[in-house]
Amino acid sequence: MTKALNTYRAGADECGHFGIFGGRYVAETLMPLILEVERAYEAVTTDPAFRTELNGYLKHYVGRPSPLYFARRMTEHLGGAKIYFKREDLNHTGAHKVNSCMGQILLARRMGKSRIIAETGAGQHGVATATVCALFGLKCVIYMGQVDIERQAPNVFRMKLLGAEVKPVTSGSATLKDAMNDALRDWVANVDDTYYLIGTVAGPHPYPSMVRDFQCVIGEETREQILEQEGRLPDSLVACIGGGSNAMGLFHPFLDEPDVRIVGVEAAGDGVETGRHAASMTGGRPGVLHGNRMYLLQTDDGQVTEAHSISAGLDYPGVGPEHCWLKDTGRVEYVPITDAEALEAFQTVTRLEGIIPALESAHAVAQAIKMAPTLPKDHIMVVNMSGRGDKDVATVAKALGTDMGEVL
Amino acid sequence: MPRETTPESCRIQARFAALREQGRAGLVTYMMAGDPDPASAQAILDGLPTAGADIIELGMPFSDPMADGPTIQVAAQRALKQGQTLKGTLEMLSRFREKDTETPVVLMGYYNPIHSHGVERFAADAAAAGADGAIIVDLPPEEAPELTGPFNAHGLHLIMLTAPTTDAARLPAVLAHAGGFLYYVSITGITGTRSADEAQVAEAVERLRRQTDLPIAVGFGIRTPEQAAATARAADAVVVGSALVDRIAKGDDPLGFVAALAEGVRAARR
Repeated sequence: MTKALNTYRAGADECGHFGIFGGRYVAETLMPLILEVERAYEAVTTDPAFRTELNGYLKHYVGRPSPLYFARRMTEHLGGAKIYFKREDLNHTGAHKVNSCMGQILLARRMGKSRIIAETGAGQHGVATATVCALFGLKCVIYMGQVDIERQAPNVFRMKLLGAEVKPVTSGSATLKDAMNDALRDWVANVDDTYYLIGTVAGPHPYPSMVRDFQCVIGEETREQILEQEGRLPDSLVACIGGGSNAMGLFHPFLDEPDVRIVGVEAAGDGVETGRHAASMTGGRPGVLHGNRMYLLQTDDGQVTEAHSISAGLDYPGVGPEHCWLKDTGRVEYVPITDAEALEAFQTVTRLEGIIPALESAHAVAQAIKMAPTLPKDHIMVVNMSGRGDKDVATVAKALGTDMGEVL
Repeated sequence: MPRETTPESCRIQARFAALREQGRAGLVTYMMAGDPDPASAQAILDGLPTAGADIIELGMPFSDPMADGPTIQVAAQRALKQGQTLKGTLEMLSRFREKDTETPVVLMGYYNPIHSHGVERFAADAAAAGADGAIIVDLPPEEAPELTGPFNAHGLHLIMLTAPTTDAARLPAVLAHAGGFLYYVSITGITGTRSADEAQVAEAVERLRRQTDLPIAVGFGIRTPEQAAATARAADAVVVGSALVDRIAKGDDPLGFVAALAEGVRAARR
């Protein structure tokens, strides 16, 4: 660990860098558009009317604040730390993604954009984007890898019901990274009317900072709620990391609290040692993809490799640049959780708490299950329940060897 | 800062000087290293100067070519499947240089393979292999400073791209890093898709000429000898990529196609 900094919340710098990470590595055609987004975003951050409008939608449409729930039976079962769940799964559309979509759609409207494009992996970001587009009557095009379309069919249908056009991506490995490539290709060809609504804290500056800012509502609420319920700050925070937006939203407001231990959970798939995983920080090295420098899964020759995770939302070979920087500074610990561990946690929390978590969130729960028994009973841990698991029921059934046709 | 070189020491400058003397625009051809297989690609590369290519862009395949259309995407996949590596691409160029020491060759691709190889090491290895410069599609002027030191040290030009979206306020930043020639992307879009309006291209080239003395190459969407000829009337060089890569993919006499393009460019009056 390097020497502690005065603040961990100052980034990115004016060029969009978090240490060596971040930046704006895009084709020249897109640069002016990205600068336009940056200027527009800077303008709204100092506009109280924007904040008021956003807060109104977050309260009355998304259903915020989301509860901070004391998971009594999980806590008793594990016999250590007191576990709280931040219930982002109770948001409208079923995950944290809508927080950033709501902020970005209001921004796109102010910019006068009439067409919204987005990429999606599990379909959660696609559904959230299609939802806010329906709300404001904007044209919506969602890029989704053909492989993901097949394993997330219910979300594809939801997007279509919401009026979005879902474009199957067959290039490359036909998953999330390729969907992002095609979204960028679309943007380059439709520079006048289109806004690219990126779903995570990655991509070219200003997206990592902007998406983080919109997701920080998670951590800000958590802070207020834990002070109200426990009279003090938590001792630890745990959240899963794909691109890293739910984790960044929870972590960021606590980064300058030195007594709060912060743990990010990467998807280790079959295990980092097998090479079939999505743990960019544990198993990758710095590289440049999708507009930013980040930890990246790649070959010795700099070709991006496919990620593997049972959770489509974590199935991405990179991770947001601010997480990369927080890893290198040592402020946040990043640990891997395998598919098998996540599946076990998925079942445990479903049975003990009556909460079916998203497979993404189950990774965070699995880490809590590892940590909690080793910690004292007065240790307060907040786990981000980033999404609900309805979308994953078929995947889990398959993984457990259950034939859905014979469930009855 | 752009590198300062004498024309004698720089193949790109020498080539544009010769083209000026001939009173015509140059033909720049793009091909993907290792596509459709290493031996065929080498044969095509070696045959390009005789077929009429004045400058060669040699594509370095990348798994995630975000600015390219389907044609070049699948070309990269074919090359990678055949085991093409950055090292292999530079070896291909070295073999070309055993036979041709005059035709400028510019490496074109994306930043990650270069970043992975190491910027300093890439500059040294590319220069040693006989490259004259590089076009790095996802490296706008904002991020270019991390390359300019090593590129200058090894005498490589960083060829910068400008686009229809690059406005007057932004252009000086692009030009500050530009060496060799300036590449004007004539459409807002990816490679191998739509074609630009002739009059708009001519107007854009004139606008660029008022800001720079660098030769101006125009590319994206130029698919036929006729289109190449039309662009050659306005620009200093015409870039043809996807249309040639298509011919390579189909095994449809790519060098004959280059000869037809060259004829078109040479016939265009300036």
